Amino acid sequence: MSKFLEVTNLNVTFPTEDGDVHASNEVTYSVGLGETLAIVGESGSGKSVSNLAVMGLHNPARTKITGSAILNLPEGPVDLISASTETVRRLRGKAMSMIFQDPMSALHPFFSIGDQIAEAWHLYNKGSKQDGIKKAIEMLELVGIPDPSSRVHDFPHQFSGGMRQRAMIAMALVNNPSLLIADEPTTALDVTVQSQILSLLKDLQRELNMAIILITHDLGVVAEVADRICVMYGGRIVEDGTVDDIFYRPEHPYTLGLLNSVPRISSGESHRLRAIPGQPPSLISLPSGCAFQPRCEYSSKVSSGACNTSVPSLSDKGSGHLSRCHLDTVDLNNLVKDKA
Amino acid sequence: MTDNILELRNLTKFFPAKEGGIFSKVKGEVRAVDGVNITVARGETVGLVGESGCGKTTVGRTVMKLYEPTSGEIIFDGEDITHFSRKEMKHVRSKMQMIFQDPFSSLNPRHTVGSIISSSYTIHGIDPEGGVEHAVRELLQLVGLNPEHINRFPHEFSGGQRQRIGIARALALKPKLIVADEPVSALDVSIQAQVVNLLDDLQKEFGLSFLFVAHDLSIVQHISDRVVVMYLGKVMEMAPTRELFENPRHPYTKALLSAVPVADPKIGRSRERIILQGDLPSPVNPPSGCVFNTRCWKAQDICKVSVPATIQIAPQQTVACHFPE
Amino acid sequence: MLSYVTRRLLYTVILLAIVSLTIFFIFDLIPVDPARLVCSKQCTPSLVEGNRHRLGLDVSVLEQWWRFIVGLFAGRTFGEDGIAIHCAAPALGYSFSRHECVTKIVGEAFPFTFSLALGAFILWLTVGISLGVLSARKKGKFADRAASVFVLVGTSLPTFISGILVVLFIVLKFNLVNPLELGNWHSPWTDPFGWLQTFFFPCATLALAYAATYTRFTRSNVIETSSEDFIRTARAKGLSEKVILRKHTLRAALAPIVTIAGLDFAGLLGGAIITEGIFGLNGLGKLSIKAVTQTYDLPIIVATTLIASAFVLIMNLIVDIAYAFIDPRVRTS
Repeated sequence: MSKFLEVTNLNVTFPTEDGDVHASNEVTYSVGLGETLAIVGESGSGKSVSNLAVMGLHNPARTKITGSAILNLPEGPVDLISASTETVRRLRGKAMSMIFQDPMSALHPFFSIGDQIAEAWHLYNKGSKQDGIKKAIEMLELVGIPDPSSRVHDFPHQFSGGMRQRAMIAMALVNNPSLLIADEPTTALDVTVQSQILSLLKDLQRELNMAIILITHDLGVVAEVADRICVMYGGRIVEDGTVDDIFYRPEHPYTLGLLNSVPRISSGESHRLRAIPGQPPSLISLPSGCAFQPRCEYSSKVSSGACNTSVPSLSDKGSGHLSRCHLDTVDLNNLVKDKA
Repeated sequence: MTDNILELRNLTKFFPAKEGGIFSKVKGEVRAVDGVNITVARGETVGLVGESGCGKTTVGRTVMKLYEPTSGEIIFDGEDITHFSRKEMKHVRSKMQMIFQDPFSSLNPRHTVGSIISSSYTIHGIDPEGGVEHAVRELLQLVGLNPEHINRFPHEFSGGQRQRIGIARALALKPKLIVADEPVSALDVSIQAQVVNLLDDLQKEFGLSFLFVAHDLSIVQHISDRVVVMYLGKVMEMAPTRELFENPRHPYTKALLSAVPVADPKIGRSRERIILQGDLPSPVNPPSGCVFNTRCWKAQDICKVSVPATIQIAPQQTVACHFPE
Repeated sequence: MLSYVTRRLLYTVILLAIVSLTIFFIFDLIPVDPARLVCSKQCTPSLVEGNRHRLGLDVSVLEQWWRFIVGLFAGRTFGEDGIAIHCAAPALGYSFSRHECVTKIVGEAFPFTFSLALGAFILWLTVGISLGVLSARKKGKFADRAASVFVLVGTSLPTFISGILVVLFIVLKFNLVNPLELGNWHSPWTDPFGWLQTFFFPCATLALAYAATYTRFTRSNVIETSSEDFIRTARAKGLSEKVILRKHTLRAALAPIVTIAGLDFAGLLGGAIITEGIFGLNGLGKLSIKAVTQTYDLPIIVATTLIASAFVLIMNLIVDIAYAFIDPRVRTS
C-alpha cells in the first residue's frame, strides 16, 4: 500500500561562491492521508528545504534537486521532482498546500483577506467574484474567524497574529488539498494561540482526511500532534519512527541529546540540563563521516572509528524505526545506562 | 540593607498612542505596565512570563530605566532610583546589567569582542585588577569562549556564542542584578540548554540575582525560584516556581500552563486542555474589571466591573482573581 | 479618510501661506532696489519714491504680502489715476519691465513647461519601469547588463551635455527639426504634429536622466519584492509566474515609485531651467531665470517661486492620498 506522498533520496544543493551547500541529503520520508508526519530539526537541518523542493518552490536557476517525490493522486502517481514546472504548479494549492511561519509577511499587505482566499479558489474553480467571496467567508468560518462575513474584507494588518495564521490555513485549504505542509506554523505565535491553531489543524485533518507534514523545532508541539517523526540533522534524516519510538525509545544520540536538552515542565525537581556541546555543522563542508560525530558523546565508543570516515546508513532497528548511527541498540542502551 | 535587591512598588508605564503627522492627536494610552508589584531577593531568580503585549519586556526596560516610569517606585539595592537622572544612573548601571534577546543586533559589528567587553570598564572608568585585557580574557574563559578569540568580530561567532559575549559584557562590572530579556529564545534548542546552564553556573558562582523575562515557560520553570505571571500589564499570579506549576490558582496561569506543549506524548494525550477562546484584547483599551474576563471561562458579572485585588492565597503565593482555583 | 484629506488640505494651505510670506521676506532682504531699477537715466529721489509707491514697495513686507494674497482672490489694480492697470483675479502682480500682468505672462509660459514636464514624465515612467522590470526578471543576463549600461550613461550624463548633443546632431546635423522652428508653440489640439516636433526631443532629453534612475529603482524594488514571503505564498497557491509578477510583485514594488514620481513631476512643473534654455522653450524656468539675472522683475520672481512651491505641496498631498488608495495599511490606520 503506497502512501500519499513518498519522498525518496531527495538531494537539494545550492551552488554558491563558497561552494555547494548540501542542504538536504538522501532524504526519504512518506506520509499517508489522515496522517501527521513531523519533521524535527534545528535551523539549517534541511527540514524546510526538503519540503520546499516537494512543493517546487525553489528557484530552479539556483538549485540542484535530485531524487523523487511521488504524489499518489487518484488519477495516477506524479513525480514532483521530474515533472514539468507547469505540472507541479497546477498541483500546488490543489493537491498540496503550504503554510508558513510568519503569517504577517506571508500575506500580501495590499489585498484583503477575502480577495487572497478567493484568488486561490478562482484558480481551480469557475465562478463569479461574489462566488469567490462567498467561498472565502465559508472558509473563514471553517477556521473559526468570528463574524466572517464582515472580516472577509479586512486587510492582513487588521488581523491579530493568530487570526492571520487561521486565514493562511483557510487559503491553503480552499481547494481541498490532500496534503498540507505546515512550516513552523505556530513558532511566531503565543502559546495560548498556538494551542488554538494546533487543535484547529487536528480538527480539520479529521474532517478533511488530509496528510499533514509539520515542520518544527519544538519537541512539545511534535509530541502533541504527530503520528510519525523524522529527526533531521546536517541535512540528513538521522532518525525516523512513531511518536513513541522517538520519545521513549530514541535510537540516535542526537535525538537523545535533543530530548535531554529540553527542560520539562512535568518533571518535579529541576536538574541540570544535559546540553549538547558544540555547534551544528556547516552545510558547505559537512564532516566526512557522521555529521553529528564532532558533538557526539558516544562516537569514541565505536571501536572501528567508523564515525569519522563513513556516513552511517539509515537502518531499521525494528518495526520501521530507523536510525542513522554506527552504534547498535544494545550498545547504545548500555552506554546511556552507564552515563545515568 | 534589605533582603531584596529589587523592589517594584505599584510600577506603571503608559505609552502615548498617537497618530502620525503634525496635526496628530493623542488617541489614548497603551497601558503597558499597570500597577505592578514585584520583588527580587538577593541571589534569587524571578521569572517574568506572559504572552506578547503583556508588558513583561517593558517591566525589564523600566527597571533598567531605559524607559521613564509613569508612576510607582523602583527600589534597587536599598536606593530609590525611580527619578534618578542619567548621570545618577551611571553608578547604578554598574550593579545592574541587561542581556538582550537578539545577540547579534545588540553587539556592535565593527568592534572586536575585546573592545565590546572592555567598553564596560572604560565607560565607568574602572581599572580592573591585572589590566583590562587580562580581565576580558578571564571573562571569555568564564562564559566558555576561547580567550584567544578576543580580537574577533561578532559575525565570526555563532548565535549561542554571541549570547555568551553579551553575558560576558554584562558580567564585566560584577553586577548584583541581571535583567535578562528573552536571552535564549533566538537560539536553537541544543544551544538554549548550553546558555541556560551557563546562567545557572554563574548565578551559583557569583550569587547573582536575575529578573528573567521570557515567554518559554519550560525554560522559566527550569531557571526560576519564583515566577510572576503577567497579562495585559497586570500581575495575575506570583508564586514560588514549584507551587505555580503544580498548583496554579489563577485561571489564566492554568490556561497558560495547559497550553504549553509537553515534550512527552503520554502526558500530552492524557492531560486536561484548556483552550482559551479569542485573542488578546488591545492594551490601549483594556477590558474593564479584571483584564482577563473576556477570555476567562469562570468569569461572572463581578469580573466585568470590579478589578480583583491581589490576595495572599498561600504563603508566598499571591493571585489577583475573584474566583481563584 | 475624509477628515484626513481635510486635515492635509488645511495643512497645505497653511504651508503655502508660510512659504509665500518667507519669499516676501527673503526678497525684502536682498540689497537690490527695484524702484531704482525701473527708474530712467535722469533719476531723482522723488522719482524713485514715486516708483516705489507704484510698485507697492512703500509699505511693510507684511502689508505687501497681504495685498498679494487679497489680489490672488479679488484681483488687483496697479498704479493710480489715468495709468491704473487692473489685473483680474488671480492676480500674481504686475511686471513693470514687461508692462503686463504677471498672471498673463505666467499663463503664456506654463503650456511650455507643462508640455515638457508631462511628456518627459510619461516617457521616463514608461522606459524606466519597463526596463527596470525587464532587468529584474533577467537578472545577470544580457538584457540586465544592457540596462545597467543605460543606467550608467543616463545618470552620469548631465542634461546640459545630452541636450546640447541632441540639438547638435538631431536638429542641426540631421535637420529633423527646423532650427528656426525650435521652441515655437503649437497647440497639441490643433497641430499635434507641430507640438510633437517642438517637444519630443526636449522631453526625451529631460527624460533620459530620470529614466535611468527609475530603471535602477524599479529593478531593485522588483528584486527585493520577489523575495518577500507573500510572493512565495502566491507561488504556493499555484498562481502562474505571469500573474505573480503583474498582480502581486508589481503592486508592492511600484507603490514607492508613486511618491518619488509625483514629487519629480511636481518639481518639473516649476520649470526645467536647463532644458528650456537649450531648446529655446519659453517656459517658467526660462522666465524665472531671466527675471532673476536680467530684469530683476520682482513680481515675476515671486510668482514663479510661489508657483513652483505650490506644485510641490499640492503634489505631495495628491501623492499621499494616492498612496492611501494603494496601501490599505495607510488607509485604515
